[in-house]
Amino acid sequence: MAWNRKDILDIASLSVDEIASILDMADGLKEISERSIKKVPTLRGKTVILFFHEPSTRTRISFDIAAKRLSADSISISASTSSMVKGETLIDTARNLEAMHPDVIVIRHASSGTPYLLSRKISTPIINAGDGTHAHPTQALLDMMTVREAKKKLHGLRIAIVGDIDHSRVARSDIEGFTKMGAEVRVSGPPTMIPKGIESLGAQVMYDFDEAIDGVDVIMMLRIQKERQQNFLFPSEREYAQRYGLNSTRLKRAKPDAMIMHPGPLNRGVEITPDVADSINSVILSQVTNGVALRMALLYLVAGGLHSADDH
Amino acid sequence: MRMIIKGGRVLDPGHMDALADIVIDDGVITDILPSVSRDMPPIGKNDQVIDAAGCHVVPGLIDMHVHLRDPGQEYKESIETGIRAAAAGGFTAVCCMPNTQPVNDCRQVTEYIVKTAAAFHSVLVYPVGAISRGLKGLELSEYFELKDAGAVAVSDDGMPVVNSQLMRRALEYAQGAGLRVISHCEDPGLSGGVMNEGETATRLGLSGIPNACESIMVMRDIALSELTGIPVHIAHVSTRESVHAVADAKSRGIRVTAETAPHYFTLTDAAVEQYDTHAKMNPPLRSEDDREAVRKGLADGTLDVIATDHAPHSVLEKEVAFDDALNGIIGLETSLPLGLKLVEEGILSFDALIWKMSKNPAGIIGLARDIAVGEAAHLTVIDPKRPFTYDAGNGFSKSKNSPFSGWRFSGRAVYTIVNGQVVFEAGQKQSL
Ligand SMILES: [Zn+2]
Repeated sequence: MAWNRKDILDIASLSVDEIASILDMADGLKEISERSIKKVPTLRGKTVILFFHEPSTRTRISFDIAAKRLSADSISISASTSSMVKGETLIDTARNLEAMHPDVIVIRHASSGTPYLLSRKISTPIINAGDGTHAHPTQALLDMMTVREAKKKLHGLRIAIVGDIDHSRVARSDIEGFTKMGAEVRVSGPPTMIPKGIESLGAQVMYDFDEAIDGVDVIMMLRIQKERQQNFLFPSEREYAQRYGLNSTRLKRAKPDAMIMHPGPLNRGVEITPDVADSINSVILSQVTNGVALRMALLYLVAGGLHSADDH
Repeated sequence: MRMIIKGGRVLDPGHMDALADIVIDDGVITDILPSVSRDMPPIGKNDQVIDAAGCHVVPGLIDMHVHLRDPGQEYKESIETGIRAAAAGGFTAVCCMPNTQPVNDCRQVTEYIVKTAAAFHSVLVYPVGAISRGLKGLELSEYFELKDAGAVAVSDDGMPVVNSQLMRRALEYAQGAGLRVISHCEDPGLSGGVMNEGETATRLGLSGIPNACESIMVMRDIALSELTGIPVHIAHVSTRESVHAVADAKSRGIRVTAETAPHYFTLTDAAVEQYDTHAKMNPPLRSEDDREAVRKGLADGTLDVIATDHAPHSVLEKEVAFDDALNGIIGLETSLPLGLKLVEEGILSFDALIWKMSKNPAGIIGLARDIAVGEAAHLTVIDPKRPFTYDAGNGFSKSKNSPFSGWRFSGRAVYTIVNGQVVFEAGQKQSL
């Protein structure tokens, strides 16, 4: 199919067909990472800027490897290492980057909506690598890829997302993505972590964790950040682990072949017990592996692989 | 020099409504002659004649809540540009909030504002002094000094007065000094967000501010007004709970008055979609239920005043991530057109609009706005049919942060008259 989208900013704006073709392409590209020479010339001569305004290791490395496996030149800049960013507005920095003619800018920012702001101001294609608590479309797509790979479908699956939904861009994008593809998504966690109106994204709220994972095909656990205790979101990791942590006893309520997912990094012993994190149900490392293929697909689509072929 | 305002419908709510000519001499109304009497006022060759045919001539509008940013932040607005914007919006007077740099918590700053504004012989500027020194909420400012220098009220606007004892003492002490207390209602514990709490905030991943953040403080201030028997004025009401609290207080005879701003009766938090920082203000735009409650509150008299909370910010402070954008929008040039829209939609009568934009604020801060022989000629001539497309980029304010840019309106001020002088005429860019 022809790809006519300049940016990948969120899941909400992608159609079912677009999501399906991204996942198909990612499935096909996965094999490249299994070769002894893990490189194809597809994006040779293309420049990818990884503009990370918020610390991130795994997402940045995943994009970096994806770009390199497609032979694109990738350059990382971060707020802390770049003198360009100091005293300069975000828009000025982006315009400076644009002036160097990159083919894609991948942006991570701590403030929700920042990729939209840049997309209005510059013409370079933008991929959102996570903005505030708003969206993390590449994570949601790799999650869908991982589930579809194992279950051979998304439609009709039951998925529970558990933890601090309010502060999770992954949760928002996963809810939008999985429900768009016909799955049923439940969210669970203490009421302090379930934002008002989350149902409008398509999720069903079940405060009782045991009820939420009853008979599900997929359990997605979210990282609990200790700092949140200061905002009165929960009293202690101990009580959190007891009530909302995934352990082997609880896991029995889900389907026997239920997949356990986590966007990382893990807090072993808090939201997930070590034995469950390492159990055969866990696909946490497959998510990481698939992340590279998925990001290769997006870079390919956005940087003009199919684009230019179809345009001519 | 004499001025004659001819052929307009002179409308002073509760007082007169007639086709009449107004004769002004030396800034004072000297005669009001019914047009139908054919008893034409003799026109001398030096007389200035204002053709008000088809227009309403009303008591001069007052905006009792603006931020002029002067002294200290003149890159956003100055007293001069703020006055121009006010005149263009039909306002004959504005009250400017004390969160300038330095804070207007003393005689010197109040005097600077009064003196600077007076030099333009235009819109009247009435400073609001700070409730607490430096807006810090720790000790009272010197209210008698502020009053002597020309302040008409006190407020820590922009900041809530968190300490209830300080608020109580402010009410009592201000009563002695003859100043009204204007309260910015916000519970700091609940105010950590950047937009209204709700479905839109959840979808956009923006942190929310619940309605109770405002109404808790509204209820506290009502309790303090009840305790002391001293009136309090609630600034920028945005929630249904606040409207209900004020209505309930009024029904119990508590002397509370309240204002809302045009954006609260016009927009909802849906305007934040696409992370539009021109929809970011404090209190935030609320839900449709709240907007309805505010409109109803205006209609039934719970809300006494429409005031803009005109809050100029430069593009540097608005063209940034939503989280980082400063709160507030400009409003002086769109307030009356948005008010007239309420009249068109049947929410308010034209009379009621004039009460809320002129006579009520005048009463609250102790001014007069009457069209009568012997009164100062502060008048606004409104053409209720004049088409008007607002373009913030071409506006009079130094800042352009308006969500209403590009909106088309029917009706606007065509003449703004202060002390018998035309300070704005529609179609003319020059207002001073
Ligand atoms: Zn305020």
